[in-house]
Amino acid sequence: MTHVLPGLGPNRELHVPSTVERTLANGLTVLAIRRASVPLVELRLRVPFARAELASSSVLTQTLFSGTADKSTVDIAAALQSVGGALSSGTDPDRLLVSGNALVTGLDKLLDILADVLTGATYPGDEVQTERSRLADRIRVARSQPAHLARVALLRRVSGEHPYAVQTPTPDEVLAVDREALADLHAQRVQPAGGTLVLVGDIDPDAAIAAAERALKGWTGDADRVDLPAVPPLATGPLTLVNRADAVQSSLRMCLPAVARTHPDHAPLQLANLIFGGYFSSRWVENIREDKGYTYGPHSMIEHSVAGSALTVSAEVATEVTAPAMLETLYELGRLANLPPKTEELEQARQYALGTLQLGMSTQAGLAGLASTYAGFGLRLDYLAEHAGRLASATLADVAAAAARYMAPAAGVAVVLGDAAKIESGLASLGPVVRASVD
Amino acid sequence: MLPTTHYPVERITLANGLRVVLTPDPSAPVVGVAVVYDVGIRSEPEGRTGFAHLFEHLMFQGSANLEKLAHFRHVQGSGGTFNGSTHFDYTDYYETLPGNALERALFLEADRMRGPRLTEETLRNQVDVVKEEIRVNVLNRPYGGFPWLKLPPVMFDTYPNAHDGYGSFDDLEAATVADAAEFFDKYYAVGNAVVALAGDFDLETAKALAERHFGDVPARPAPALPDFAEPDLTAERRHSYTDRLAPLPAVASAWRVPDPLTDLPGYLPYVVLAEVLTDGDASRLVERLVLRDRAVTSVGGYIGFMGEPFAVRNPTALLLQAHLPPGGDVEKVLRTVDEEADRLATDGLAPGELARTQARMVTHLLRDTDAVLGRAMQMAVLEVQRGEPGLLNELPRLVGEVTGEQIRAAAASLTVGRRATVEVVAGGAS
Repeated sequence: MTHVLPGLGPNRELHVPSTVERTLANGLTVLAIRRASVPLVELRLRVPFARAELASSSVLTQTLFSGTADKSTVDIAAALQSVGGALSSGTDPDRLLVSGNALVTGLDKLLDILADVLTGATYPGDEVQTERSRLADRIRVARSQPAHLARVALLRRVSGEHPYAVQTPTPDEVLAVDREALADLHAQRVQPAGGTLVLVGDIDPDAAIAAAERALKGWTGDADRVDLPAVPPLATGPLTLVNRADAVQSSLRMCLPAVARTHPDHAPLQLANLIFGGYFSSRWVENIREDKGYTYGPHSMIEHSVAGSALTVSAEVATEVTAPAMLETLYELGRLANLPPKTEELEQARQYALGTLQLGMSTQAGLAGLASTYAGFGLRLDYLAEHAGRLASATLADVAAAAARYMAPAAGVAVVLGDAAKIESGLASLGPVVRASVD
Repeated sequence: MLPTTHYPVERITLANGLRVVLTPDPSAPVVGVAVVYDVGIRSEPEGRTGFAHLFEHLMFQGSANLEKLAHFRHVQGSGGTFNGSTHFDYTDYYETLPGNALERALFLEADRMRGPRLTEETLRNQVDVVKEEIRVNVLNRPYGGFPWLKLPPVMFDTYPNAHDGYGSFDDLEAATVADAAEFFDKYYAVGNAVVALAGDFDLETAKALAERHFGDVPARPAPALPDFAEPDLTAERRHSYTDRLAPLPAVASAWRVPDPLTDLPGYLPYVVLAEVLTDGDASRLVERLVLRDRAVTSVGGYIGFMGEPFAVRNPTALLLQAHLPPGGDVEKVLRTVDEEADRLATDGLAPGELARTQARMVTHLLRDTDAVLGRAMQMAVLEVQRGEPGLLNELPRLVGEVTGEQIRAAAASLTVGRRATVEVVAGGAS
């Protein structure tokens, strides 16, 4: 028997599950999606949190579930567990996010506990002390990790005076947060208006929205609408080198301009990024990993925040090949910015982009994450169908133009974290270098 | 009453001995394909630490009808994602794809099952890539390999159980193409493999496609499975090392547990015990060590050095690990763990404590099966290790049937004399 690669079956049209949506009297928008695959429910609550004070926000996420008037941390955790549930929270410079799940029979209980903490979190002093110490410890650990340090350095280099420039507080800042600061922040910002609650699972969407309305109707109050200024355009300049003595690898990072999801260039730029380094079968990954063996998991991706989007390029490379790896990175960016990709490269990237849209919507957790993320940008899941259309119709000329406009290496900003004594002269051979610190 | 799943399970064996598990599900237009080979870290030869994992990389480097890079391009160019991973007892290769690419995935897996293209060039390239992987995950970060690489050599005495599964750079660099060919011949036999398919396909069509693509892979029987058994510890074992990057002390302890395959009823209480001790703020050790004593910053507990209780063979262990605040007292943490185990063994569980822990475990079990790939991977391993992929549907019930008496007995076995402990001294404390 001969072995010949089989063709693909007929393309199945992207199926976007329907969403039931209602904005409650308190200003909270509830989105409910039925996917009955397993008898669970996923919950995501997104509350706008732009410009919320960084250290207090960070501690608030760790103490939101630490007590109410009649329940302790342990009581809350046990009540959630009793319905197979758990809730946790986190922040980024745009939002506070509460995430969780439970057996679907526990939806009412899950919502009741969520309502309890949203309306009555007490931030007990002992628990605040415990949790801020734990958070300070976690930040100490993060600051010993090269990926974290490289991100800190890149954000600082790219964002300048913008609130996005610093996204992790120092241990000392965290240790200074007290119960009053948390109660104040909660009162000012943990409010329903402009927030979005997403429920996905083995639910009746209308009944789930009614349950959310019943549970959360007592969550009322106003929050001032806080907007962020647009992220400033990238200020190009010398490569920023951050010393990490004795590091056995260097962390290479580049930031390039990008556009919001709704911009007409977004789909072509997404495809150009895939061709460059956005998936395994890309030029950059095939070059620096599969040909040269410089690195294990290089990747480039477009990151969207409310105030701006960016294309970031990341690789951890062996110390001794730091400059050669940077050279190949600049080469692949420059090549794509100047020469149109081949048709088969575009078709492969297009199929990947379209296929992974389907994969991302095939689980309850995937759907919940997508619905919540897009809601934060004023979009709904039907955006995905429109986006699929734009991916399908992008031409080679569109993709080449996006690459030329956004991916030229001269338009980017580079940061390298590594053993400066060993890598500085090589990097300096490629262009100007300035030293910076992340302390 | 705890819920469960009712995934259909179809098992067939092709004439060449290949076992195929099929679990159709039309609820989303995607398929998961998992191929599991019954060989892992424990089977790699002495002097070749890390070889099972290096070989996994080589399986992506081309085969008779696929040039280097072709596998990746065909999967991703079909709209799919892929990966592979090496475990103590098995190695898996997998894809998630839009449903219209199922046949293509079967072609790709069958081609490398007939034999990877092994060349000096790809071997040297992938040795370099694996070294960078080890640098990212172990050498260039704090707590690298803690505790999954650091605790086995304390707990175990024999090479298969105790050695570094990521591999030493010396051993990786010494690997040859001949070693790879021999490893393939010995372990990558059709009789040693399982293919599992989950997702949006017609059952009969998928069976025919499996036969079409895998039917002519030459029949080769599975090698005899070695017995990796070691006696339980009879005296406490301790080891400590300095991690020059770690800012906080850390400690991990392990106790042997019953054989997961031959004694599932005896083993399950330990799986539940790990959660009673560490799942969430209402668990025993989080409440005591984190919230009350503030003796640790975090504590976790699980079964098996990779935390996959239903994909590991004997000998394995229940692990507890904790990070301590700066200057924290490891001895005090260990004493408190002993106290809490003793209290649980003596006084038993509080009302509702077991039921709520089981409810949360069921949520995790169900959630892990929601993705077609999760289902395919788990069923493939259950087939290869137990011949029982349908056990996936039974796990929620079995977890729910564990009794308080069984938890007490399991807790009573967590004694100092059976314990192996590894301690991280914070060399990076500032």
